Amino acid sequence: MSTLVFLLVGVGLVVMSLHALFVHTHLLRQVLAINVLGTGVFMVFIAWGSQSPTPHADPVAQALVITGIVVAVSATALALALALRIKQTTGRATLSEETEE
Amino acid sequence: MSELPWIVWVVLTPLAGALLAFLWPAQGVRVALLAGLGTGVAVLGLSLQLAQLGAQRYAVGAWDPPLGISLYADGLTAVMLLMTLLVFAPTLVYARAYFKQTAHLFWSLGLFLWAALNALFLSGDVFNLYVTLELLGLSAVALTALGGQSQALVAAYRYLLASLLGSLSYLLGVGLLYAEYATLDLQTLGQVIGLDPASAVALALMATGMLLKTALFPLHFWLPPAHASAAAPVSALLSGLVVKGSLYLLLRLWLEFFPETTVPASSLILGLLGAGAVVWGSWQAIRARRLKFLVAYSTVAQLGYPFLAFPLLAAGWDALAALVYFMLSHAAAKAAMFLAAGSVLRAFGQDRLAELHGLLRVLPLSVAAFILAGISLIGLPPSGGFVAKWLLLEAAFATGQWGWALVTLLGTLLAAGYVFRILTRALEDTTLSDRPSPVPRSMELTALLLAVASLLLGLVALPVLGLLEVGR
Repeated sequence: MSTLVFLLVGVGLVVMSLHALFVHTHLLRQVLAINVLGTGVFMVFIAWGSQSPTPHADPVAQALVITGIVVAVSATALALALALRIKQTTGRATLSEETEE
Repeated sequence: MSELPWIVWVVLTPLAGALLAFLWPAQGVRVALLAGLGTGVAVLGLSLQLAQLGAQRYAVGAWDPPLGISLYADGLTAVMLLMTLLVFAPTLVYARAYFKQTAHLFWSLGLFLWAALNALFLSGDVFNLYVTLELLGLSAVALTALGGQSQALVAAYRYLLASLLGSLSYLLGVGLLYAEYATLDLQTLGQVIGLDPASAVALALMATGMLLKTALFPLHFWLPPAHASAAAPVSALLSGLVVKGSLYLLLRLWLEFFPETTVPASSLILGLLGAGAVVWGSWQAIRARRLKFLVAYSTVAQLGYPFLAFPLLAAGWDALAALVYFMLSHAAAKAAMFLAAGSVLRAFGQDRLAELHGLLRVLPLSVAAFILAGISLIGLPPSGGFVAKWLLLEAAFATGQWGWALVTLLGTLLAAGYVFRILTRALEDTTLSDRPSPVPRSMELTALLLAVASLLLGLVALPVLGLLEVGR
């Protein structure tokens, strides 16, 4: 039962964050959306990992999630650094439509 | 000699170089060139080893899967590693003259990129592939932003979002596969995977992620600004190599999994998207006003050709050989074009096609690089592009799927269109409007070297395809 809750919450987070990522143009909101997306994927992993036949949860699924979190932290740091630099150089914190020239 | 674990050094050498170049920025250039030399030796050593002994598997730290990480190399891996070496070596020499002082981060990030690519090609399990994909994406984004102008920063940011979205889609697929089969090893998965809804969803998620990262039409929106606004050596690496990383991963999944799981519709979709890429990318390249955007849209177009081979893969060897040869010849030709475009930008200070007067007089060697690389992109003999198109046409005719042959021929005409746009501009004899800035000779020569390589790739098709067969 709790597995199903985790799974549904995870899928819900993925759907919500995809919506946020495509709707919002503010840089910080997009970084947050990508973070929530990652969390949703990790929740789904945890839910799947808890379905092992042994009395314990599957350690491999948890190891994968920990590795995924490390990657997500580095990616967030890079995204924030880029967003900050964009704000400094253009004065705007949103993505504008730019053309070729 | 043949017992040495070259497979480990192929990853360790650029990784060690990257760390050293980061810690010791004053010597970044020397470290990078030495690490490049070392990586080249390791890649050649591994390729010889493969040719003699067949496919290699190495358990890192003697930890066998499922606990440890195993590296796996077969002929396809070796060809990819050699392609990476072919593009990286001249690009590093070019970058030495291109970057004046400030860009010490290029050396460590570039070597990180190389290590990530090599590790990606050598990974034998689906989760390790995810990690290497992310390493590749992060170093590629950081390299894109290296220039620091607002255009490059915004392009890098968009690239990062697209890249993360692609990786997470892939990761979700990995999770689903693991929940279903309790293993991450590619070959084991290939043996147990079946045609059921969960596997189909997992593979669809993984494939979609890779299409986004490979910038296959219509998911190419992030590529032209990122590749056009990065520094020239970075553009060469991004267009020549980085998009090939995710394409390789898709191909590897296809070869391991898809015979059992695929429905014909999925390969047909890939082929149709490839055809869309060829037409749309070429059309945008013909319309582009700036040289670097022209070259970047040509990448969108040229990335369509390998996907034309997917519907033919089931039929046999020719389609796989064509696919790999498209990747190889595009890597060399496109890197040459971006390096030459960097020389144009250096000389004229801008790259608007309408204002490049007297290009031939100022940069004859770069014009030669454009011509030779253009021959390969169009697919005229004896270039690598010609061999790729020939193999694709053979596969299409052998299976009676004439449609893909027609797309290939249409793409050839359109490619001639945008290549001739550069050449007519280059060869017209007009007076110079401004005094162009001097361009270091080594920048022009390295671009020409890569262009010659893309042309000669057609003459070494037999040994390359022989290597590709190892372990197949």
